[in-house]
Amino acid sequence: MLTDQEVKDLEVQVKQNRRDIVRMVHHAGSGHPGGSLSAIEALTLLYVKRMRVRVEEPSWPDRDMFFLSKGHCTPAYYTAMASRGYFPREELMTFRDMHTRLQGHPSNAHLPGVDISSGSLGQGLSVCNGAALAARIDGRDARFYCMIGDGEAQEGQIWEASMTAGSRGLDNVCAILDKNDIQLDDYVDNVKSLGDVCAKWRAFGWHVVEVDGHSLRDLDAAFDEAEATKGRPTMIISHTTKGKGVSYMENTAKFHGMAPTDDELETALEELR
Amino acid sequence: MEPREGYAQALLELGAEHEDVVVLDGDCAKANYTNRFGAQYPDRFFNMGIAECDIVGTAAGLSLGGKIPFANAYANFLTGRGFDQVRVSVAYSERPVKIVGHNAGTSAAQEGATHLPLEDFGIMRSIPGMTVIVPADGVEMKKAVRAAYELDGPVYLRVGKVAVPISTEEDTPFEIGKAVLMREGTDVTLVNTGHLLAETMQAADLLAERGVSAEVLHMHTVKPIDREALVASVRKTGAVVTIEEHSIVNGLGSAVADVLSAELPAPQERVGTKDVFGLSGTMDELLDYFGLRAPNIADAADAAILRK
Repeated sequence: MLTDQEVKDLEVQVKQNRRDIVRMVHHAGSGHPGGSLSAIEALTLLYVKRMRVRVEEPSWPDRDMFFLSKGHCTPAYYTAMASRGYFPREELMTFRDMHTRLQGHPSNAHLPGVDISSGSLGQGLSVCNGAALAARIDGRDARFYCMIGDGEAQEGQIWEASMTAGSRGLDNVCAILDKNDIQLDDYVDNVKSLGDVCAKWRAFGWHVVEVDGHSLRDLDAAFDEAEATKGRPTMIISHTTKGKGVSYMENTAKFHGMAPTDDELETALEELR
Repeated sequence: MEPREGYAQALLELGAEHEDVVVLDGDCAKANYTNRFGAQYPDRFFNMGIAECDIVGTAAGLSLGGKIPFANAYANFLTGRGFDQVRVSVAYSERPVKIVGHNAGTSAAQEGATHLPLEDFGIMRSIPGMTVIVPADGVEMKKAVRAAYELDGPVYLRVGKVAVPISTEEDTPFEIGKAVLMREGTDVTLVNTGHLLAETMQAADLLAERGVSAEVLHMHTVKPIDREALVASVRKTGAVVTIEEHSIVNGLGSAVADVLSAELPAPQERVGTKDVFGLSGTMDELLDYFGLRAPNIADAADAAILRK
């Protein structure tokens, strides 16, 4: 359980990451602020507090692994990695530049600490399962996290992978559904509704926990619950607000993949003070 | 020997020698003979069900844990459905996953067009960093499996179902990226990949009867192609025929043309399927139908020589 002080420190870090997300996308003139702002609490908590990794040895064989299946949310991913110390914070402002390590979508060929490249939706959970299976073969107790988007869950491979993890009882797998209810064009329910997502994952043999995805305490408790759950993978349904923290970005598809103007950046940074 | 028999034998040997070998299959384990590996090494075998995209992704994940995965399914579905997964989760992510496409070429025969892979290695060839191996027969298959394991990178390996004539020998050298010079000649170069090596050798005999001296290069590695051997041979002969149990679109013919158009333009004829879908029939009937026989190859050689 997180102490009050830990929650306070994490909140400061989350706010810093929100500011950097907006600044990175503004700097690049492109990128995905909406889904990054919705996912940032979970990512910051995982990277700063929960994951057993060695930043000085990113390929440490016993490490926990995280897979960003919703690969367009690199601003959130990179700020969380910087918070853990994988690279200097200043480097965030090279996001999407020519020859940067911080490619538009995650690339393990470019950035140590990223375990798999992603950006084509639907692929991360399969990879996560494979890594978890390898650990099971070798008797390693590492944990394997994967974040997917709710729009992304329209990809069929997500359900193939869900069956794999469920039928094999991969209790070292913990997936997070960043359920911000909006995809590129519109609300998920208007495009292709997922229906009762909790029931769907339960039906495939998962332990399902629902949380307020902007509550660090809720998320941390859910990660604890996932670790304590044996014989089944855990899906954390994280209810979030797309564009969280920036008034004009909240709950709109407009900023799924659009950069703020100079004025909009000022407003955002003002609101994220 | 069926190529899949050679594949299964090699996989078992490899599994005994190396604990990091893991095998995945898409509910074709009986047909692909990977069930033998599963029986021997149940902890290292995963029947992933009918889910090619998931097979490829899971294999990529297993490789992150230090495993060398062999991901098996019927070639069309693995390379077609799984293309994006091979591209992003395997090749772009620099994972040493071995993608193994079964029922090569016409060997699934009566299953018909959906099951006849005539585009598979062309698809794989287009992915940056992929190595593409198309063995001639079961004997060569064994060496190919071992070489694929030893290569630190992604590999596409094409495996046939039906027995084809054995054209290579146990001691024929096998090195990824190195063509095998099967016969020396001076008038035309016959470049083969895969199961048609026996037909190609017969074609060289037919040509010899007509007084034409054909050199035969077996290009088991379609990518990276052996540019040096190809250019050296065509420099000597001045004409080339490519032979493949695959579409001439984006297959070996295209790969050879890529090299020669840049380095040594020469008349080229292509023996392969001609931008058409397959159909049901026995393998023999299909080879006739598609014009993949020795006389077809010999005629193509004559045509190439005429264009010198």
